[in-house]
Amino acid sequence: MATIRIPPTLRAEVGGARELDARGCTVADVIDDLVARFPALETQLLSGGQLADFVNVYVRGEDVRTRDGLDTEVREGDQLILLPAMAGGSFGVRPHGV
Amino acid sequence: MGSDPRLAPGVASSLLDLVGLTPLIELPRLSPKPSVRLYAKLEGQNPSGSIKDRVAKAMLDAAEASGELEPGRRLLEPTSGNTGIALALVARLRGYPLTCVVPSNVTAERRRLLQLYGAEIVDSPGEEGSNGAVRLALELAEQDSTFFMPFQYANEANPRAHYEGTGAEIAAALDHVDALVAGLGTGGTLMGAGDRLREAFPDVVVAAAEPLPGDEVMGLRSLEDGYVPPILDVAKLDRKLLVTNAEAVASLRLLLEREAVLGGVSSGAVIHAALRLADELDEGVIVCVLADGGWKYLSADFWDAADVARAMERSVWW
Repeated sequence: MATIRIPPTLRAEVGGARELDARGCTVADVIDDLVARFPALETQLLSGGQLADFVNVYVRGEDVRTRDGLDTEVREGDQLILLPAMAGGSFGVRPHGV
Repeated sequence: MGSDPRLAPGVASSLLDLVGLTPLIELPRLSPKPSVRLYAKLEGQNPSGSIKDRVAKAMLDAAEASGELEPGRRLLEPTSGNTGIALALVARLRGYPLTCVVPSNVTAERRRLLQLYGAEIVDSPGEEGSNGAVRLALELAEQDSTFFMPFQYANEANPRAHYEGTGAEIAAALDHVDALVAGLGTGGTLMGAGDRLREAFPDVVVAAAEPLPGDEVMGLRSLEDGYVPPILDVAKLDRKLLVTNAEAVASLRLLLEREAVLGGVSSGAVIHAALRLADELDEGVIVCVLADGGWKYLSADFWDAADVARAMERSVWW
């Protein structure tokens, strides 16, 4: 079992959860398990069987694109983090109203 | 320094002559094992205090050389960070007015710095974040042909400044480099310095330290708003390591305690990632590019915060 951290923009698709448990020995397995339970996630996360361009997935704190992609191994107790790709370069910005 | 024959050795004709050739220091007290040698490239030693002086100067040099930028034109850039400050310095010395498009909720010290260096500020809607600033800058450039927008995210002079400068300086200084670690922003440092070091040391590992933004910062963006800078080719990165704000600050403190180096937030993230790589190596040389010093962050809450992650989750730090 691994845990998956869900970014704010995808929480509506998973009933508001910040973190979910999922099963699988690879990133592909874990995403399949997640999509089986929350089908609306599929088009957000995948494109043509690959990770969508603007989605980053991290296992043990490292982007799977610089490891083995969807075949990256997931171990018992690992945390996966899903993040939208964001423009780099600090704007020194605080969110509106803060 | 300075090619002006009227100047005595060691005298620069202006601050622009002092961009680059930054110090490279070893960090022996920070290395987890003597067989792994850590080095830091101190980019905060550039004239406006960050690595972005290299980028700002290179972008304007390239635009002047191509004829795109000439007297009478005005500069426009969506930025309030180090790039804005660096552009403001170079623009002032070259005689170009600069307008920075910044989200209305930018922190006060950034706004003040830009104003002191003479930049005009145009506010974009705060709730649209950096994407809103980029959008408004593009609109302004479209409406007024006197504007020239260097746009660091897509300007090839950005990685080239690091190929010819940052990377070349590191390659000249060291006999061997096993890993280069830099913060991931526009991707300019990692692409340019990475390419240059690969030429000198083909097995070098080019590693990015990437920020894990707080929920509130991420909450402003949808996946459709995702943006990968055109100059960034992720396939050229060998490693891409996510670093939390709390991890970055813990490493900043360690860097200060062990080596008396005061770095900015991204420098802490780079050190964190470098220490992670050092743990994986039995021996080797790791070079950390520290993009700025800690001076611009002194008023931030996180230095004394009991809960660093909470104190930092509402802002974008690099």
